[in-house]
Amino acid sequence: MADITLKDIRKSYGRTEVIHGIDAHVEDGEFIVIVGPSGCGKSTLLRMVAGLETVTGGEVSIGDRVVNDLEPRERDIAMVFQNYALYPHMSVFDNMAYGLKIANVPKEEIRARVTEAARMLELEPYLDRKPRQLSGGQRQRVAMGRAIVRKPAVFLFDEPLSNLDAKLRVQMRLEIKALQRRLGVTAVYVTHDQVEAMTLADRMIVMNAGVAEQIGAPLEVYANPQTLFVAGFIGSPPMNVLRTEVRDGTAVVGGGYEVRGRDLATGSVIGVRPEHVNLVAAGAGLFDATVDFCEPLGAETLVHTRTDAGDSLVVRIDGEAVFPSTGDRVGLIADPVRLLAFDAAGRRIASLADLSP
Amino acid sequence: MEKRVTFSNPWLPYLLVAPQLVITAVFFFWPAFRAIYQSAFIPDPFGLRTQFVGFANFEYLFSNPYYRASFLTTAMFSILVTVLSMSFALWLAAMADRVIKGSGAYRTLLIWPYAVAPAVAGVLWLFMFNPFTGIITWSLAQMGYSWNHGLNGGQAMALVVLASSWKQISYNFLFFLAGLQAIPKSVIEAAAIDGASFWKRFWTIVFPLLSPTTFFLLVVNVIYAFFETFGVIHTITQGGPQQSTTILVYKVFADGFVGQDLGSSAAQSVVLLVLVSILTVIQFRFIERRVHY
Repeated sequence: MADITLKDIRKSYGRTEVIHGIDAHVEDGEFIVIVGPSGCGKSTLLRMVAGLETVTGGEVSIGDRVVNDLEPRERDIAMVFQNYALYPHMSVFDNMAYGLKIANVPKEEIRARVTEAARMLELEPYLDRKPRQLSGGQRQRVAMGRAIVRKPAVFLFDEPLSNLDAKLRVQMRLEIKALQRRLGVTAVYVTHDQVEAMTLADRMIVMNAGVAEQIGAPLEVYANPQTLFVAGFIGSPPMNVLRTEVRDGTAVVGGGYEVRGRDLATGSVIGVRPEHVNLVAAGAGLFDATVDFCEPLGAETLVHTRTDAGDSLVVRIDGEAVFPSTGDRVGLIADPVRLLAFDAAGRRIASLADLSP
Repeated sequence: MEKRVTFSNPWLPYLLVAPQLVITAVFFFWPAFRAIYQSAFIPDPFGLRTQFVGFANFEYLFSNPYYRASFLTTAMFSILVTVLSMSFALWLAAMADRVIKGSGAYRTLLIWPYAVAPAVAGVLWLFMFNPFTGIITWSLAQMGYSWNHGLNGGQAMALVVLASSWKQISYNFLFFLAGLQAIPKSVIEAAAIDGASFWKRFWTIVFPLLSPTTFFLLVVNVIYAFFETFGVIHTITQGGPQQSTTILVYKVFADGFVGQDLGSSAAQSVVLLVLVSILTVIQFRFIERRVHY
């Protein structure tokens, strides 16, 4: 058990800096998910915590030790890799026992611990098999088993579910969460899948281009994105983004709605979640839009519209509600509290409720 | 779907493979057949008449203590060359695999000796170990060790083993390096996180995963030591002193072309042919079983 502290972590390859100073603190027993698009540096960050990449600048601490210069084996961590990284020439039992054998754990205890882990992961019938004789989900479990038998202070997961099919991914997601809860071990989990991040995380770090855009609890990040990038990355479909147009000192969105209160500078945008917009009769809302097409998904229907200003805007309505047809004119309303304003650089200003006088 | 190439002229495909077939027939099947045929005859010293003797050549061969000794010499020579060149090449490959800066230069330099012809390699080592003018001989003399592979059979053996191994290291290095680079990096990293040190990882993860490469090289190296080292031995020791470096293939040459005993030489060729066949069969049996992971 241990907490992890990242202090101004930087990573450069030659003269190219890929991680530009990340500060974060992971509480003991917390499940932290690092989420971001591919190439944002999230795996590199995790590998620096693991000791598989050198840290160019800043300080990584696990517990009360600074681990910058420690070998991976001295850090008391376990890691689950995307491609599982099982030892192909060893049986499932030997794969799990490898780390314990190296640590000179007595034979009976190795047997006890591996059997216990195998029972927990429902791998008991497969202990004598080689990895190539297992399915993807079973291999994933073996990789998990290899991590838990060592009873490390920290679990690291590097996109562990991305090689599995969609159904198995949902199932394993639940298992990982349950396992981490039961063992109470600090976990850092890297993924590009925002649904995985939302469901697993106690708190998440949303990364983009080597920078931590926002750190917070999933629902907090969802409701209060601090940057336009976070607003667009978290949530599916993503937050609607409406350009503003400044007319005589007043910002106008959607070709009709005047944003009152404090002035919004040219180039600022308004963001609103699809579920916070509602359809009304044309002319009865804040502004009107034309329906492009509708996607009925059963539980909900996504109505894709285009405002008169040319921005596309998705509205999420109840799956049983009657939805308009392509080409219809509709009015759109939203609670001003739900309208979030971002400046031209994509940083959050405030919700429009705060802007009202 | 089977991929088929169609030729406008039905004879064209045969024409295209003909050079390879002709070369195989002329330089492999025909000499092999001649060797088998000749092993049953003894020609007179002038090569004017030959006399059919059945298996007498073989009987004489296996009752000859020099020939039996040559088997032992060959076994010792092959084992030493194989073990030395493979273990050294593996060590170099493991080191070269770790190098980050200038790895290309290291690799090129390590591969170079392979471009040297066996006879030239032999001459290079001969110069260095020349009993009168060799630089290493001189250095050894400074340390109080007298080197003369022309008189000392053990030293002669050591020298041909050294020269032959040196020449083969590059080849083995190349295969080991390719084998090492085919091992997924994350498996090694997983072992590092599991607590294994570099050498522990090497012996418990890397080496077992290299086993198909290792076995392939084992067979290739044994065959190399059996046949292709002829040039090295011919330039350095000519099989001496006292036949202490006369391996089987050298004896074929020495008895046949120097001693003019063509019947015995042919019989020895047949024995070698059988030996190689056995080695090849073992290779295929074993590799087919081990190569799939």
